[in-house]
Amino acid sequence: MPHALDVSNLVVDFGDTRAVDGLSLTVQPGTVQAIVGPNGAGKTSTVETCEGYRRPTSGSVRVLGLDPVRDAHALRPRVGVMLQSGGVPSGAKARDALTHLARFYSSPQDPDQLIDLLGLGNVRSTFRRMSGGEQQRLKFAIALIGRPELLFLDEPTAGLDAHGKRVVWDVVEALRTVGVTVVLTTHSMEEVERLADNVAVVNAGRVIAEGSPSALTTSTTPLVDFRTSTSIDECILQAALPPASTALRSGDCQYRVTGESAPDLLAAVTAWCASNSVNILEISTGHRRLEDVFIELTSETEAS
Amino acid sequence: MTIDQLDLSPAPGAVSSTRIVLAQARAELRLMMSNGEQLLLTIVIPLGLLIGLSTLSWIDLGTDPGTNRVDVVVPGIIALAVMSTAFTAQAITVGFDRRYGVLKLLGATPLSRTGLLTAKTLAVLVIEALQIALICAVGVFLGWRPTGNPITALLLVVAGTAAFSALAIAMAGALRAEATLAAANAIFLFLLVAGGTVIPRDRMPDWLGTFGQLLPSGALGNGLRAAMIDGAVFPASSFIVLVVWIAAGVLIAARTFRWE
Repeated sequence: MPHALDVSNLVVDFGDTRAVDGLSLTVQPGTVQAIVGPNGAGKTSTVETCEGYRRPTSGSVRVLGLDPVRDAHALRPRVGVMLQSGGVPSGAKARDALTHLARFYSSPQDPDQLIDLLGLGNVRSTFRRMSGGEQQRLKFAIALIGRPELLFLDEPTAGLDAHGKRVVWDVVEALRTVGVTVVLTTHSMEEVERLADNVAVVNAGRVIAEGSPSALTTSTTPLVDFRTSTSIDECILQAALPPASTALRSGDCQYRVTGESAPDLLAAVTAWCASNSVNILEISTGHRRLEDVFIELTSETEAS
Repeated sequence: MTIDQLDLSPAPGAVSSTRIVLAQARAELRLMMSNGEQLLLTIVIPLGLLIGLSTLSWIDLGTDPGTNRVDVVVPGIIALAVMSTAFTAQAITVGFDRRYGVLKLLGATPLSRTGLLTAKTLAVLVIEALQIALICAVGVFLGWRPTGNPITALLLVVAGTAAFSALAIAMAGALRAEATLAAANAIFLFLLVAGGTVIPRDRMPDWLGTFGQLLPSGALGNGLRAAMIDGAVFPASSFIVLVVWIAAGVLIAARTFRWE
């Protein structure tokens, strides 16, 4: 059985900007995969490439074993998509929008039952006049209408109240039970712990950590903190580090690099600084729990 | 309804492309018919102008004395109706569909891009058929006697629809939705007046008349009058101008159009 999703060395450029930079990820059928990371990390660009909205600059993407652009005709009936924003005509009502899209599929979900389940039964207004939570629940219902075997959900619970979140989470859990594969992007640690079988932490267009939520929150990673006399470009530094390392700015002229081995990181950082005539004022090594990486990366975005 | 009662197990599959296109055309029609501003533009204004221009004899249509005014007005109003639906209403709809991500989300469904364009064209043609039926009915009530060449008139309407649709999509695909809304109405008025769509420009200076005939609106208005009043079988200049505009519109649309 092929992977539900197989992304390999994906690179996506927008003009001069590199949004995704060598990202690899596989998702097993029937599992829930979470993708987390700060805004601009490349989550949405990756997901939209999987949805067939853009072509990879390089690397490959296979969805249910198919090419999302070339095999779009075969793939689209099998995949449900929830976009981060919009998607419904502003003058359409919930039931009309769902009933309309249901006509595209051979054995769709019953629009009235979905409306009832998601608490949209009393919503009479047009999409434009719905509350953010109502719009969000309608978009979720639209993703489910064709009874897909693979669902892409881009921040499905953003802007939902506690009750709305619980309904969406219950549905995702029920979908997983019946074998639907779910790929969701989120900023919510709670959502990841509750739903995900696997989580990939994405930063600067790559996966920097991956595993089950529990493995990710208990494992540790070596790190090197240092301070320099002049500011440096952490992206250039990162390119000089061992594979699977990351470099982040942690303050004014302060940087943190993480990777697989502290001695290797230390050697790489000092060698790079020496060859670039950068003066190191302080340097220290240590370990950090991946949960901290995770919280750093996710909280950064929720604040913005 | 609780979650245990709902069968969420996968059952993927699409109906045939034809059924998908018809479903989309139906939804497009429904949205157009439920939009008050669009009905004003496509139904109320053309019928109002038809009645006004046919009955208010102090408005100079440039006709010879003794000519039945409504005979001159009906073809021009049909041209106006085609423009209002294929150009203005279509540009505004596509502009806002793009802005609100409607086109993007449809791109994730089994509806193909060609299917979407076909559905939009079908919806436009249905609205136009309704408009023309109403215009002809009101025209007959006002004393219009259908004469001329209906097949040629029909072909001109189809060519005009293609030209205005291509231009609408070229504009809506390139501009922001608000800019499209403003431009669609402004260009509509400009094309209407400068093209002499409804009021023939026989009394204008020659150069202005020539310019007007090179506009798609002028070509359609003049062509329809030639076919419906004089019974022309093939008003060549009108067809040539419209075909050039179709080609230009399709070329621009293919270059500028963005789905999101």
